[in-house]
Amino acid sequence: MAEDLAVSTLIIDGRDVAAEGGRTILEAAREHGIDIPTLCFLDGLSAVGACRLCLVAIEGAPRLVPACTTRIAEGMVVTTSSPRLTAYRRRVVEFLFSERNHVCAVCVVNGHCDLQALATRLGLTHVEVPYRWPTVPVDASHERFLLDHNRCVLCTRCVRVCDEIEGAHTWDVRGRGIEARVITDLDTPWGHSTTCTGCGKCVQVCPTGALAHKGRAPGEMVKARDFLPYLRRMREHGT
Amino acid sequence: MTRRPRLATVWLDGCSGCHMSFLDLDERLLALLERVDLVYGPLVDSKEFPEDVDVTLVEGAVSTRDDLERIHCIRARTRLLVALGDCAVTGNVPALRNRFPVPVVLARAYVENVARQPGTTFDAEVPPLLDQVRPVHQVVPVDVHVPGCPPCADTIAWVLDEVLAGRRPDVGTRTRFGA
Repeated sequence: MAEDLAVSTLIIDGRDVAAEGGRTILEAAREHGIDIPTLCFLDGLSAVGACRLCLVAIEGAPRLVPACTTRIAEGMVVTTSSPRLTAYRRRVVEFLFSERNHVCAVCVVNGHCDLQALATRLGLTHVEVPYRWPTVPVDASHERFLLDHNRCVLCTRCVRVCDEIEGAHTWDVRGRGIEARVITDLDTPWGHSTTCTGCGKCVQVCPTGALAHKGRAPGEMVKARDFLPYLRRMREHGT
Repeated sequence: MTRRPRLATVWLDGCSGCHMSFLDLDERLLALLERVDLVYGPLVDSKEFPEDVDVTLVEGAVSTRDDLERIHCIRARTRLLVALGDCAVTGNVPALRNRFPVPVVLARAYVENVARQPGTTFDAEVPPLLDQVRPVHQVVPVDVHVPGCPPCADTIAWVLDEVLAGRRPDVGTRTRFGA
């Protein structure tokens, strides 16, 4: 739409900001060097607003909104950082740590993990909510890759990259709430999948050690994600 | 003359790595010992945790009935309790067993993987395992949390400087889980 191409002016964290109409608050903020924490968002994939890390306050709005899925509007006044927002974000990360079994010290991505980095960035020194220590499976049926539900944060990056970029849609989510799990095909072992191409994009975009290469020792797995915005741009614009 | 602060360190269910990191203070240990009285620790020859302790560093999670009794006693006798390292802060590796019932854990360790004299009958001196391993703050109030596996010596030095200056520091971004 033509009106989407018009430039909107708004205020983010007290700064006057101009951005192309139709941009999200997250895009506009990042274009101006304002970094809002994210977890489920990944440049090159669709935004789903699932993790709630990027919640921001809009003046006059009755509730906080996710920056990754909320479009800017003329005259909007946005706050991306405040003690209240930090408290919410910390609590979100605490819930993620308590919901599964995250043991950083022995994790394959120790030191290279988005969840761990978020905890550090937010100054989270301990988890106040009780740990659930759930019993969840590990799927080691794939020849090269490992799925460890203990480390999954249900961001659905794997689901989206497999559907939107690889075009295979091997991954999906079953169950609801605390019982939700990522699955391959019809909740059958990954190694038996008839749709998986073995491309490994899901492994690279996974923010934690939930998806990893087999045979790596703690701290050895480093994810490579540069391919994603590049692939997206090439497909959309051909340059 | 004002008395020197009384410092204690305790080792619950952990690998002693946090104490090794504490010893990595190296020559700073000498300066520390001029500022405090070290009244209790794994290498201090004292059976009873003393009264009237100013600062206690706790390594390890609460895993046994003995740990449970000790941490309550330590809390009652300590002004400022520091959870040192991931086992004390999160449960970490010791808490990996929480998904299994205690008899299953013991059978795996002392029967299934043992060739000679397998069995799970212990004499009364071995403290029984609790059903669940818990981080220290889920058992008693903790004043300062220092994540890390282990926290590095510089972090421990900073924490000690802060607490001995009478402050209750927030380590914030100075260390991290799994560091």
